Amino acid sequence: MLDAVALMILGTGALVAISGALLGTFLVLRGESMSGDAISHAIVLGIVLAWMLTGARAGLVPVAGAVLAGVGAVFGAQALARSKLLGQDAATGIVFPAMFALGVLLINLNARNLHLDIDTVLLGEIGFVWLNTVTIFGIDWPVAGVTLAAVGAVNIGVVALLWKEWKIAAFDPGLAEALGLRPGAMGFLLLALTAATAVAAFDAVGVVLFLAFLIVPAVTGRLVAASVGGVLAVALVSGLAAVGIGYAAAFRADVSLGGGMALATGLGLVLALMASPRSGMVAAWVRRRALREEGLVAVLIAHLAAHEGTAVEAEESGPAVLVEHLGWRPAQAQAVVAAALDRGVIRREGERLALTEAGRALARAEIRRHDRRRVLGE
Amino acid sequence: MLSPTLITVALAAAMIGALAGVLGSFLVLRGQSLLGDVIAHASLPGVVAAFLISGGRGFFAILAGALIAGALAGLSVQALRRGAGVKPDAALGVVLSLFFAAGVVLLTLAQTRGGSAGLTVFLFGQAASVLRADLLPMALVGGGVLVVLALFWKEFQFLAFDPEGARAQGLPVARLEVLLTLLIAVTIVLGLTLAGVVLMVALLIAPAVAARQWVRGLAPMVWLAALFGALAGTGGAVISAVGQGVATGPVMVLAAVGLAALSLLLAPERGILARRNRQAQAKKALRGRQVLAALGGLGADHANPGYAGDQAMLDAYLGTDAGPVLARLQRQGYVLPASLAPETGARRWELTEAGRQRLEAPDA
Repeated sequence: MLDAVALMILGTGALVAISGALLGTFLVLRGESMSGDAISHAIVLGIVLAWMLTGARAGLVPVAGAVLAGVGAVFGAQALARSKLLGQDAATGIVFPAMFALGVLLINLNARNLHLDIDTVLLGEIGFVWLNTVTIFGIDWPVAGVTLAAVGAVNIGVVALLWKEWKIAAFDPGLAEALGLRPGAMGFLLLALTAATAVAAFDAVGVVLFLAFLIVPAVTGRLVAASVGGVLAVALVSGLAAVGIGYAAAFRADVSLGGGMALATGLGLVLALMASPRSGMVAAWVRRRALREEGLVAVLIAHLAAHEGTAVEAEESGPAVLVEHLGWRPAQAQAVVAAALDRGVIRREGERLALTEAGRALARAEIRRHDRRRVLGE
Repeated sequence: MLSPTLITVALAAAMIGALAGVLGSFLVLRGQSLLGDVIAHASLPGVVAAFLISGGRGFFAILAGALIAGALAGLSVQALRRGAGVKPDAALGVVLSLFFAAGVVLLTLAQTRGGSAGLTVFLFGQAASVLRADLLPMALVGGGVLVVLALFWKEFQFLAFDPEGARAQGLPVARLEVLLTLLIAVTIVLGLTLAGVVLMVALLIAPAVAARQWVRGLAPMVWLAALFGALAGTGGAVISAVGQGVATGPVMVLAAVGLAALSLLLAPERGILARRNRQAQAKKALRGRQVLAALGGLGADHANPGYAGDQAMLDAYLGTDAGPVLARLQRQGYVLPASLAPETGARRWELTEAGRQRLEAPDA
């Protein structure tokens, strides 16, 4: 099942996921997700210009060109926005498409000499990484994988070395500045690493799909975890899982493997949106339900307390009256009575419901609070 | 040269460019430029799905598919932000990359089915792929967008400049936002065959940014953006049709961005050059006042309004050579070289009557 080709593809995908999670965590925390978008488009121009100037199609030169172009796009947009003539969003929306358009145009014009297919830049195809291999230690490794491993090692090294500093800079740039940590320089380094990683990844998955691995797992982590370490861990797991799941599904459906992997990052996000204990829909629903139940139990107790010791007490404390007088649905009334019994604030006395001591105390507290609020209101 | 194909392409590009300029103005004013990028990228799966379902590249099928996907993407961004509390930029990035990934997957699916050779034109746009038969539906849909825009003009204007005020006035802001996003999505979708999903955003943003530099007010801005958009569209499409193997989208985008760059530089009031110029003027005027004040101060210190100040002293006071400033002041008639030049031979200057008045006048 897992032959050499599959291992190469999965390994390359895993490397994209690891680097993406490492850098994406900090990009997302700093609110710079769309810088990833700008960078991944702008690098195309950097690669083409590097080729036109030096003739190098692989190696460090195009990487350097791409890093310059990527960082230049982000900082260029920021500089443009500082002129106050246009917003940050509009500046970004002009600068990187312009650079991308110029890159595409130059590729078009040099199509005969520069063997760089623009569809490949955009889409990539991780399914073909095994076509271009290099032999190290007597084993064939995919070139894309080796490049990604090198970039990934740098990413891991930088993040490990600057972990504390980046953490502070991500959450509190002001504090980082005051501590002399130079958040601006850190932002520059983060963008440069993102650009270098994007260059390494575009052969494998294409620039836009790289963006999925950069941002979606990190956002997933942000939904689930509260600490930077937690966000990173969740991002790593969900990115790596997306590689495996996406590969299996895309292989079976015979569609783009890279596209499948990128799309699969959405699974983790959907799961987090639904099931995250912090911000998930299920957790929110449970909380809302509990709150609502509490409110209804309070109404029940207030009702019982209001009629306690009055002439109509016997009539007003049967379960049926809840439906008639409070307008509750029978099933709802039953659920509220059950919840109140569970909490020990009422007890059954034959057909009737009566307050327990705890229930009476709760009712008194509720009435006091109500009175106080009324006084404050007047 | 003026082949029917070229005329078709130029007409379509002018229409799309104008429409994109109009709707892009609202994106720029509302600070939502990147939403346009997201909707454009996100319409790819819709385009391909429509192709897979309808089995062809019919105008309205593709339009509907792209529109549904683009609208879904816009709503997903809203849901992620409001529902799950995801930051705006992260929500945009997530929706863009996931929808595009879905598009890539569907694209390969369509390729294995065959007959989809033309679908990748939606990535970068290809002018030649616009058919003459597409022109009328394009004009109808675009006209529809403009009619809706005109009907809700006041509301959208309010929304663009003062969303909080609009809410306070009781306007249905949420629904108006959805309607505006829908109009923008239609515009983007119409432009896809020409500009492609990747570059469409610049066609929306660049003409609007360019127009914003020249005029105030929404209506003039929208008209000018339409003009700029039409110019960039036509120019780009014609160049790409004449040049061999040049995709249309990049050329149109570069034309539009070029217009924006020129406007940012040259606009008479807001432009960067005008601003530089104003700053230089202000700096000159300030220097002049400093010299006049220094001369006046020296006169007061010596209880002699006609006191002639030493130029070296003024140099030291300004921190640079005061010569050019003094020469200008002399031309303006505010200072005069003092008549007596004693042993040192240093130049000395005194205030004229006009200079004293200028010094006492409040700053203009």
